[in-house]
Amino acid sequence: MSFFVSFAIHADDNNSYLPKAKAGTKCVEDRQIMRTNHMDLILHQRDKTMRDGKRDGRHSLKECINCHVTKNDKNEYPNIDSSQHFCNSCHTYVAVKTDCFSCHRSIPENKQVKK
Amino acid sequence: MNKLNRREFIKKTTNTAAISILPGVFLQTVNAKGADVKNRWGMLIDTRGCGDCKNECITACHSEHAVKSFDRPQTDSQWIRKVTVKNRKTSHTMALPIMCQHCEKPACVDVCPTGASFKRVDGIVLVDRHICIGCRYCMMACPYKARNFVHENLSEQNTISPRGKGTVEACTMCVHRIDKDGAKAKTACQQACPKNSIIFGDLNDKNSGISKKLKAMGARQIRADLNLNPAVLYQGLDL
Amino acid sequence: MKKQTSFSQFSNNSFFYWSLLVLFGGIILIGLLAVHQMEHHGHHITGMSQQIVWGLPHVFAIFLIVAASGALNISSMSSVFNRTHYKPLSRLSAMLSICLLAGGLAVLVLDLGRPDRLIVAMTHYNFKSIFAWNIILYNGFFAIVFVYIWMMMEQKMNKFSKLAGFFAFLWRLILTTGTGSIFGFLFAREAYDAAIMGPMFVIMSFSFGLAFFMLVMGLLYKLDGRQIGDYVFNKLRKLLGVFIAAVLYFVIVKHLTNLYAAEHTDMEYFMLFGDNIYTQLFWYGQVLLGGLLPLIMLYGPLCKKSRLTGYLAAFLVVLGGLIQIYVIVIGGQAYPLVLFPGMEVTSSFFDGTINSYIPSKYEIALGVSGVAITLLAIVFASRILPVAADNLSDEYVNPHFKKK
Repeated sequence: MSFFVSFAIHADDNNSYLPKAKAGTKCVEDRQIMRTNHMDLILHQRDKTMRDGKRDGRHSLKECINCHVTKNDKNEYPNIDSSQHFCNSCHTYVAVKTDCFSCHRSIPENKQVKK
Repeated sequence: MNKLNRREFIKKTTNTAAISILPGVFLQTVNAKGADVKNRWGMLIDTRGCGDCKNECITACHSEHAVKSFDRPQTDSQWIRKVTVKNRKTSHTMALPIMCQHCEKPACVDVCPTGASFKRVDGIVLVDRHICIGCRYCMMACPYKARNFVHENLSEQNTISPRGKGTVEACTMCVHRIDKDGAKAKTACQQACPKNSIIFGDLNDKNSGISKKLKAMGARQIRADLNLNPAVLYQGLDL
Repeated sequence: MKKQTSFSQFSNNSFFYWSLLVLFGGIILIGLLAVHQMEHHGHHITGMSQQIVWGLPHVFAIFLIVAASGALNISSMSSVFNRTHYKPLSRLSAMLSICLLAGGLAVLVLDLGRPDRLIVAMTHYNFKSIFAWNIILYNGFFAIVFVYIWMMMEQKMNKFSKLAGFFAFLWRLILTTGTGSIFGFLFAREAYDAAIMGPMFVIMSFSFGLAFFMLVMGLLYKLDGRQIGDYVFNKLRKLLGVFIAAVLYFVIVKHLTNLYAAEHTDMEYFMLFGDNIYTQLFWYGQVLLGGLLPLIMLYGPLCKKSRLTGYLAAFLVVLGGLIQIYVIVIGGQAYPLVLFPGMEVTSSFFDGTINSYIPSKYEIALGVSGVAITLLAIVFASRILPVAADNLSDEYVNPHFKKK
């Protein structure tokens, strides 16, 4: 596991494609914390949102997507099937399957894949 | 392969931190209150306007939650549907919308093996798709046929309404709106109804609009004999 | 004097034996491919729908699970009820019950919308759900029967085998009641709200399990050239007849009670006298083919002596059992939910209509592969473990045997 994480931490030192987040935004947590713990943070948030209806959203998947999934060079929002999708760019690289997007929207709210 | 150079790492992180101090930090602390046990959300539907409408509530619901048809009526989801009831003896006919009735004692919650079917403290019955295994026992147990199984791959769901293949789903009473606006919320179907036949509100609050109307005029539940105490009530169910 | 029974592994190496294994393996492979298609495309490629939510895979799964607890019965007869002539059969009976359960559960799990989340079913329990209880009961069944088999096979543990057998018997009664109760407590659906479902499934398990056991025993012994004597075969034959009659009795009681209640009469007329496939399957399949005909074949004066009619009767019981569960599972869902009693109801969501169901090739492949998993497992298990008695002829089985 730590082997994969160290891969992920170094992802931008390698040549893999990593999309930039929305300009002028800052992540809710430190980069290193996000890289190693993002799954625990959104897992914790998910039960609060769904079971208790607390949608304050500091660690919500919705906001991850809103910031991190940005337009690619073709002026399109890449969805989860694309290697240019923020989550996918790394998850494919480390061969870890995401189970979020069989149900969750993988591009920002109110945006379409093609403009 | 690059090794993590400690000095390099510290330099990089402090730099990034310094560059990006605070622009656009999250300001989302709107309604962190969440579901409250003192509420019981419900709906009152006056069916007397339902006969000749253009199914606006259904269209609105399915657009709100991105429920799309695949032109396969046997397997397509319908979160809300218009049912026509006819008395064989008198030929009296009426119509009404049926969706999840958000029962006080929901059969779907009782039978669910993993606890994915659950009732929030404010009475809204939901499916936790994260632990739903797709066994469909809740669909067998629901007397209202309110539950749907997603038979297809989905994409571009609406952010507020995650739904996906292999799991079960139903009307959420627009819980995302309720969590935002509380008693002032309007459900998508309510908002769309041109005849204002749908009222949403707190059944526990004696002074809410829905409670006052219920006290004054009364209403019926579908299959009240099962004693599940649904939170969706109907007026004009005269058969 | 009766001779001492010895047990050993089957060691058949004939071409027929290995081709059987290849056949079972092939069927399982096709089943897995079908599952892959179902999971890849979603369940819309199957015959199942929002109306018929449980289809043919569930019919096979429930049949195998019900038969599993029934197959253990032969073993319980010897350890719990002291019928010593069943002792030579007890290991095979217990092993077959495990294999049947494995086959049934495999089908059930592979039909889930999210089979990849099986671990969730093992870690999240809602104890109000009969389904959740069944998951515990099934897992417990594997554990208890394994221990039971071990105590029967390990000489030092023999003294505990009676206790283990008793515990396994108790467990299997609860388990089948649980399986039947899946359909017993669904007050929403008219066909499924009878408490008699629990005990009826127990009786059904006696019958289906014994029939399946007779067929497997016959096949394995034939392949290996081992003897089955008339004494033990006739005991099984008579027992099967009693079980068939008991199942028919329960079916009659269930339908009579439902016919009496006005709220259920429409549904009963649909099931028993309607113009639909379920009525035909009920009368011709379940009652005639799976009930009356095997009874005649087991007890009829002309057929009594023939080994072949005995096996044929067992086969018909298996077939009739599958049909019976088809009628319960599919027929019960085909009859529409009653939203407004006595009223005519219509909608674009098929309210108030008799629902149709045509199983797809994927569901057939998955269902049949469950049977193949069971058969492959028992053939494999009986090859690596000494579960089968070397000889079942009268001198080894009949406690009162006297040399002529």
